[in-house]
Amino acid sequence: MALRKFLDRIEPHFVKGGRFEKWFALYEAVDTIFYSPGKVTGTTAHVRDGIDLKRIMITVWLCVFPAMFFGMYNVGLQANSFLAEGHAPAMLDWHQRLISALVGHDPASIWDNFVYGAVYFVPIYVVTFIVGGFWEVLFATVRRHEINEGFFVTSILFALILPPTIPLWQVALGISFGVVMGKEVFGGTGKNFLNPALAGRAFLFFAYPAYMSGDAVWTAVDGFSGATPLSVAASGGMQALQGHLTWMDAFLGFMQGSVGETSTLAILIGGAVLLIMRIASYRIVGGVLLGMIAMSLTFNLIGSDTNPMFAVPAYWHLVLGGFAFGMMFMATDPVSAAMTDTGKWVFGILVGVMVVLIRVVNPAYPEGMMLAILFANLFAPFIDHIVVQANIKRRLARV
Amino acid sequence: MFEHYLSLAVKAIFVENMALAFFLGMCTFLAISKKMEAAIGLGIAVVVVQTLTVPVNNLIYNGLLREGALAWAGLPNVDLSFLGLITYIGVIAAIVQIMEMVLDKYVPALYNALGVFLPLITVNCAIMGASLFMVERDYTFGESVVYGFGAGAGWALAILALAGIREKLKYSDVPEGLQGLGITFITVGLMSLGFMSFSGISL
Repeated sequence: MALRKFLDRIEPHFVKGGRFEKWFALYEAVDTIFYSPGKVTGTTAHVRDGIDLKRIMITVWLCVFPAMFFGMYNVGLQANSFLAEGHAPAMLDWHQRLISALVGHDPASIWDNFVYGAVYFVPIYVVTFIVGGFWEVLFATVRRHEINEGFFVTSILFALILPPTIPLWQVALGISFGVVMGKEVFGGTGKNFLNPALAGRAFLFFAYPAYMSGDAVWTAVDGFSGATPLSVAASGGMQALQGHLTWMDAFLGFMQGSVGETSTLAILIGGAVLLIMRIASYRIVGGVLLGMIAMSLTFNLIGSDTNPMFAVPAYWHLVLGGFAFGMMFMATDPVSAAMTDTGKWVFGILVGVMVVLIRVVNPAYPEGMMLAILFANLFAPFIDHIVVQANIKRRLARV
Repeated sequence: MFEHYLSLAVKAIFVENMALAFFLGMCTFLAISKKMEAAIGLGIAVVVVQTLTVPVNNLIYNGLLREGALAWAGLPNVDLSFLGLITYIGVIAAIVQIMEMVLDKYVPALYNALGVFLPLITVNCAIMGASLFMVERDYTFGESVVYGFGAGAGWALAILALAGIREKLKYSDVPEGLQGLGITFITVGLMSLGFMSFSGISL
């Protein structure tokens, strides 16, 4: 309780008229991280419920953890397996020095792999958090709105969809774009129309394609080049893909890819919690699955002699690339997705259809989840508008 | 044959979206996207006008203007393509005027719904752009019909999405200096980022 007393004691300095009035947003953020806010709804009609925006955001944040921890382990595993074959890293940067000082390079040791991955991932996350948090606090202070826990979610999602070898200055640039242009210029959490994490990722993707895609960026060993399973499938078809790794490996996540995206299993565990708590909308998740299955079946039926991606079946699309991660954590973002119930189905199906479409027919981007969700975000308000108008029309007809 | 037209349509609607890939027709795109109803009206008008003007310009170009097109009149060496720009804009203005009169007489409901937008799109550069692209890419008559429709539909789709977003943004708390056109420019930029998922598709 000492903390509560301390917070109460310094509160007068931060409220209107106090010495640090300008920094109220910062005080409020610290206060509400530790204690639930004392504010209650003053108007008559409201629902009493333990869950609020802060609780929701923290839950999402926690639900990403399985994917994050597995991701770190996998980054290390991929790198150490490669090193165990007798290769040496071409260049000793600070990552490598730090890893050598801490642990060995045994791919069989969970701890070695985990630390290896952590040395790459933790700096990315820290930079994301500090730089993004800086903008968040700056805007909150100048514009007098609250610092919102939504940033916890944005920051971890952003960090997890980056390749492990990304330079840290690009991380800072990307999260700055995502937070400022994707969210804060519209007035902060709940007022934007694009998922800020995805906006930042897409900005980096188009600005620095060499660091964000291709074969060399996915394994954290310098000079190593390993294609993601999706680009293997795009160039060699199903046969090459099945020779590259088994479906089970892909489902569990033992493959190249962005830090948090590889393990469908870990993502589904976190996603299941979100679905059960009804934080993520089952309509959106269902829609994404439905759209993806329908579209990939269509492509399987059409078939193609020149494009091997046509033959990739739906259960492979599920485990490859960022599909599962995007479906559970990105498409279900309550702010940028459609709001109406019917609209959520349509929105989900649009994402599912688009992701397969981009993966199959667009040779430039073997990975389509991020772009598919961004695209669907654009049409979410329009979908809602149509649904609302249809409701009005139907009910008017009944009168 | 069907496949060829289909891929041309998809290309015109998504990959080479007039508004979000080429940034054509920006003035009306930004000005008439505040309300969904208006955007729907303008979108339909653009689709109709594009589908008419591009094929007509295609006929005029192939039958009168291009080098050697006047061979049927006994003038095989005449090249009138320098008259292109002024002819196309004249054709567009004329078609829009004729369409306005026809709609006024026979479909007054639609005429009233479109209202001021019909004369307005005479000067929409997306319309002119589609005709110029048609000439540059040497489309046949059939292709020009599909392309005209696709270019219009893509533009209409973009303005519908923008209108939806702008209606949603009414509840946003935009910094003072960015309110109005400023935030709309940023919105359109971000939308274009979303539409970049199509760039690179070669059909």
